[in-house]
Amino acid sequence: MTPAIVVSGVSKSYRRYVRPWHRLGEWLSGGRLAWHEAFWALRDITFSVAAGESVGIIGLNGAGKSTLLKILTGTTQPTAGHIQMAGRTAAMLELGLGFHPDFSGRQNAMIAGQLIGRSARDVEALMPDVAAFAEIGAYLDQPVRTYSTGMTVRLAFSVATAARPQILIVDEALSVGDAYFQHKCIRRIREFQEAGTTVLFVSHDAAAIKTLCERAILLDQGRLIQDGPPDVVLDYYNAMIARREANHTILQAETREGRTTTRSGTFRARVTDIDLLDTLGRPARAFTVGDRGQVRARVAFTATIVAPTVGILIRDRLGNDVFGTNSFHVAPIKETYEDGEVLIADFEIPLNLGVGSYTLTVAVHSDATHLVDNYDWWDKVIAFEIVAGSEPAFIGSAWLPVRFHVERHDGETG
Amino acid sequence: MLAGRLRALWDYRGFVAGMVARDFRGRYLGSVLGASWAVLSPLAQILIYTLVFSQVMRARLPNMPDTLAYGLYLCAGTLTWSYFVEVLTRSQTVFLEQSSMLKKVNFPRVTLPAYVFLSATVNFTVVWGLFLVFLLVSGRWPGWVLVGLLPLLIVQQVLAVGLGLALGVINVFFRDVAHAVAVGLQFWFWLTPIVYPLGVVPDVFRGVMTWNPLYALVDSYQRIVVEHRWPAWSHLWLAVAVAVVVTVIAETAYRHLSPAMVDEL
Repeated sequence: MTPAIVVSGVSKSYRRYVRPWHRLGEWLSGGRLAWHEAFWALRDITFSVAAGESVGIIGLNGAGKSTLLKILTGTTQPTAGHIQMAGRTAAMLELGLGFHPDFSGRQNAMIAGQLIGRSARDVEALMPDVAAFAEIGAYLDQPVRTYSTGMTVRLAFSVATAARPQILIVDEALSVGDAYFQHKCIRRIREFQEAGTTVLFVSHDAAAIKTLCERAILLDQGRLIQDGPPDVVLDYYNAMIARREANHTILQAETREGRTTTRSGTFRARVTDIDLLDTLGRPARAFTVGDRGQVRARVAFTATIVAPTVGILIRDRLGNDVFGTNSFHVAPIKETYEDGEVLIADFEIPLNLGVGSYTLTVAVHSDATHLVDNYDWWDKVIAFEIVAGSEPAFIGSAWLPVRFHVERHDGETG
Repeated sequence: MLAGRLRALWDYRGFVAGMVARDFRGRYLGSVLGASWAVLSPLAQILIYTLVFSQVMRARLPNMPDTLAYGLYLCAGTLTWSYFVEVLTRSQTVFLEQSSMLKKVNFPRVTLPAYVFLSATVNFTVVWGLFLVFLLVSGRWPGWVLVGLLPLLIVQQVLAVGLGLALGVINVFFRDVAHAVAVGLQFWFWLTPIVYPLGVVPDVFRGVMTWNPLYALVDSYQRIVVEHRWPAWSHLWLAVAVAVVVTVIAETAYRHLSPAMVDEL
């Protein structure tokens, strides 16, 4: 299959001048003087995206995501390397861009449509669809300043996606609307995907990337550091967020079952043993819906740690968080542990989960989250199955014990 | 290069037209009289220059018996000067004004100065049209010599677009340019015989002042409107030469600097 996007050896440097006249000096010297400091926003990025593939791009702020998008959309040129885009590209980098509050939705849609290269006639022809998707009804001919934020965003999204592009680039744009709108947009993006559109999705929202993409790329300080299945890359990203101290390490390894586990932390406290037990205290990897399970973790300390927190997290097959909590919220550990001491933590939980496979992640850190001091975060250390029991059939990832009854009434009107 | 740009302009003509329309309508939006203001405010300007200066203040041009002559002289210079300045100053800031669009959407950048030029041209057409009506009504219709305005205005606006484009691109990198130009335009206005005839200037300065590329243009407008005479074409060589040089400089600046422009916005 021919790739839709090819990025080869792309680097981008920005010039930083300490004083404005330094640039003037450089210009006047005809390039003989170099008074700038080169700042590399991207360094040697290479990847390609097959036609019809959906790829998520993640990274911390300043990792180079926006610069990469600007290069892909063509608003700026790479300093080195080159890109190839096969097909009509629609980019939604900022919804409502170029909208003027005093003009009507129709007039703004007209300009916005022409800005992305459509002819006036095409935009006119697409207008009924645009209005229908945006659900703004009679407001279409009212000034945009009378719109709610939701309406503006819906209109902008609707204009940008009125015709199916071959390549769709979506920035954080979707995070602005309400839940209903987001679902609607995601449905439209899904339709495009099914019809063969290549999607590049940039987001901080791990769940959205897991839902929409089959591959993720992680950028860090301008370099591409991970490229693979979304759950693996996102686990690495999650570990990276906590990487504050110099001795913080991130390890990724494949288990015998072919699962990639990510382990990160300072390892001043380490999970040396973890198990999932049934009600009789026996190790188990399959439970029926609603069974009680017990997570037992053994934590060994190699330094003095005040009030550690032990946490667990259950994720579904796609890596979406299903349930997670930690001792800080349930029953805080107030003691101080010294080097050489060991702690055994037990979580007893009713596994009210839907049928399917899940993974268990365990962590030891300080405070309420792993973002301050992360000692050991071990992703997907155990995989387990939930199978159907005697309960009535249901769908979804949560089992909510349900009661149902009907009452019969006479068919009288009034 | 140039052909590609013209082609892009043609492909984006709908966008350019939309921006011009938005510019025009946006100015009068929310006002009760709406687009009538587009007529009312230049009309007031013309009436002040002609009636107030000639009837109330009794300003006279030397050697001109007509009482309205000074008012017409003033209009010929200021209305065209405003057109020049509008294109120049707006081209100079258009890239900064539309920076969010430039940063996020890949569209031909040349559409921005193009819409600024067209928008200013629409304004000038309205104003000049009113002035022509005034000339007709007041019985001072110059006749065929009016055709001479067209080449003059083309030279003037090539100069305005060229200067505006060059300064506009440089202004992205050095924001001082806009401030310097604002000051420079003040001097330029007062050093061009627009509100006064060249005759009142001492002989020593007169020679220097004719080296102003706008001098011959403004002088020609005044000659057409006030004296109903054809321009002295041979005096226009300086304006044409400067316009050509400026265009070449603008083209070079635009070609070299516009790719890096987005990185500075």
